[in-house]
Formats: sequence, structure tokens, C-alpha cells
Amino acid sequence: MDGIHDLGGAEGFGRVVAERDEPVFHTDWERRACGLTMGTFLAQLSNGGQFRHAIERMDPIHYLMSSYYEHWLTGVATRAVEAGIVERDELERRAGGHFPLSQPVTAHPRLPSPSEAQFAVGDAVRVRNVATSGHTRCPQYVRRARGTVVRVDPAVSLPDVEAHGDERVVEPQYCVRFDLRELWGSDEAGAVHVDLWQSYLEPA
Amino acid sequence: MSDDHDDHDDHDGHHHPRAVSPIEQRVAALEDLLVEAGLVDRSTIDRIVEMYEHDIGPMNGARVVARAWTDAAYRERLLDNGTAAIAELGYGGPEGGHVVVVENTGDVHNVVVCTLCSCYPWPLLGLPPNWYKSPPYRSRVVREPRVVLAEMGCELPDSVEVRVWDSSAEARYLVLPERPAGTEAMSEEELADLVTRDAMIGVARL
Repeated sequence: MDGIHDLGGAEGFGRVVAERDEPVFHTDWERRACGLTMGTFLAQLSNGGQFRHAIERMDPIHYLMSSYYEHWLTGVATRAVEAGIVERDELERRAGGHFPLSQPVTAHPRLPSPSEAQFAVGDAVRVRNVATSGHTRCPQYVRRARGTVVRVDPAVSLPDVEAHGDERVVEPQYCVRFDLRELWGSDEAGAVHVDLWQSYLEPA
Repeated sequence: MSDDHDDHDDHDGHHHPRAVSPIEQRVAALEDLLVEAGLVDRSTIDRIVEMYEHDIGPMNGARVVARAWTDAAYRERLLDNGTAAIAELGYGGPEGGHVVVVENTGDVHNVVVCTLCSCYPWPLLGLPPNWYKSPPYRSRVVREPRVVLAEMGCELPDSVEVRVWDSSAEARYLVLPERPAGTEAMSEEELADLVTRDAMIGVARL
């Protein structure tokens, strides 16, 4: 989905602020939220696609106003409520107030377009112009852009499908190099490499 | 139940003189409910966070880098198959299932980002710093990498090509920094002490 999380290329966020000697956790609640989130991975509450999609469905204002461990907390809470493991009312009663959760899923799994294409290192490819309101790992900033395959990675489960149910589609992933000029029309020499599942790509 | 958690449950202000904030209450509420549901247990949570506080961090990546600097055959294996080469030193686990190592040279500088979330090679670098997960870094480093790097104190000569790696699928990236000049006499252990987290993300040079 073209949500607030899909930040590549967005403008207006200003300078990167790096904290000196940053601790692993700033507060005890971050520490607990981190451990709790990872504990739910072990317990298989969510697969990667489901968990990421739960965060992507956060209200965009909440997403930008909250820290990363609050994103994790919201993602886990949303998944736990959606899975019927906890009830929202009880969560809010225990929390002593409003517990913001993510917005509901609005999309069905995006099944890949039929594609027999298998790409090899050196192949010219173009990112398909496919927008979805479901989960995807195809960043919007490379959509329609032309690049070159520089590495072929093993076939794994396509997140666009696994985030939405029990179906699984397994596809190769490709590391694709895009020149900065192609992406941004800039004069700066250099390139961005993005790792993309096969069904995001077509021959260029 | 650990002492740590008892602190959470104390709403009488005995351990915490200040008021418990809404976010603290939300975390405690979710933790309590998931424990009661039998989905997670507190000792597992404790064990996980203690691992990231004490055992898993940039010192692991630094050992890999120092080994690559001192052992040419290891360096070759690392660049060829990062996952297998870090396993030789005992590293692997969550977010380390497919590790790709990219090498800085006099002509090429690599820098790593995750524009969509916060993907990061946990077994080698631990948990990412806040700036890595922040909108300014995630939005800008793919668009104007040289400017962002300069702002972060990493000025690159025009002759150096910048390669950005957006961890958008399964691969997790580690930058192999250049070995600093004048370190020929140093031991592998001394070299590891020179290697910083930021150099292995690619926002600093050594």
C-alpha cells in the first residue's frame, strides 16, 4: 500500500538527527515492547507480512507522531485483537484509556500477474506499475523505473500474499540497481539497489 | 515474574514516584493480556531483551570486519556468501538468515537503509539506532545520499561512487569498511575495536 511507511524519496522531513551514545533502549517500556513483540514472533502470532501490514495500517498521523517501539506495540496489539486473542475493550480497560489500533484490512491478497519471466544478472527490467491497497514490499519510488538485475536471491514467500491469508506464492527475489538519474533525474552519480520479488518486475 | 515486571504493575507510585504514562500503561496492559492468554511468558521476554542488551550488538559485526581485514580467504568467503561466513564465527538467527556484505573501496562507498520499515542485520549490529528508523533518514538517503552522508559527517570525494542498498526483501546488508591506513601492526582484536556501527551501516568512514 502507498502508505505513510513508504518513505523513500519523500521530502520535508529535514535533517537526520543522530543521538550520541544512544542506549539500546531509552525507557523500560521500549524494552518491554521490544521483548513482547519478539516473543509474539516466536509464538507465531504474525508472519512478517502480517506484522508489517498491521503497522502500515496505522493512522498516518499516529505513525509519524510515535516512536518505533510504539509502532511495534500498535502492530502487535492490532494483530492480537484481529486474531481474537485479546479484546479491545479489555485492552483499553487495563490500559486505563484509549489504545489506538491500526485501521482494518481493506484489501484482498494481490495474486501475482502470471509471469514466466526468470531474470538473470545483467538483465534490464522495469518495475511494474501496480498499486495495491494491500501489503507489498515494492516501494513506490521505484514503480515504473528501469533498472538492472545485479543479484538473484532464493525464491521465498511473496509478502503480498502471505500478509493476507493462508495462501503462499514462492518467487525468486532480485537485487535491482537503479541509477539516481533514473529515479530522480538528478545529476548526482550513484545508484540505489532495491530487492524485489519477481512479480514486481517485467522485462525492459 | 521478574522484579522488572513488578515495577510495571505498581500503580501506587511506590517504585515510580512519577505518574505512569499512557504508553507505559498500554505496554503493561498488552503484556499482561498476552501472558494471561498463554501466548508469551515473561521469562522469554526477559531473555530476549537481555540478549540484545548484552550479547548481540555492533561488536559482533566488528569481529567479522576485523577477520576479513586480516584473513584474505575469509574476506573472499564473506563477500561471496555472507550468511555462511558469519556462521563460521557463530553468528546467525533472526534477521540474519540471508546476509549480504558489500565492500567499500577507494572508488565505491556503500550505505544501507530500509525505506519501508527498519530491516537491519540484527545478529551483527544488534537493534538499529533511532535515526536509522526515522523518516528523515529513510526518505532522503535514497534520493540524495551524498548530501545526507555529508550532513552526518561523512564527506565523500566526487570521484567516489555511492551505492545505496534498500533492504526491501530478505537480504540484510553489512558494509565492509576500508581498513584504515597505519594499522598494519595491529592484532585482529585491536582492529575490531576500531570498527564502529556507523561504518558498518555506511554513514561513516574509518
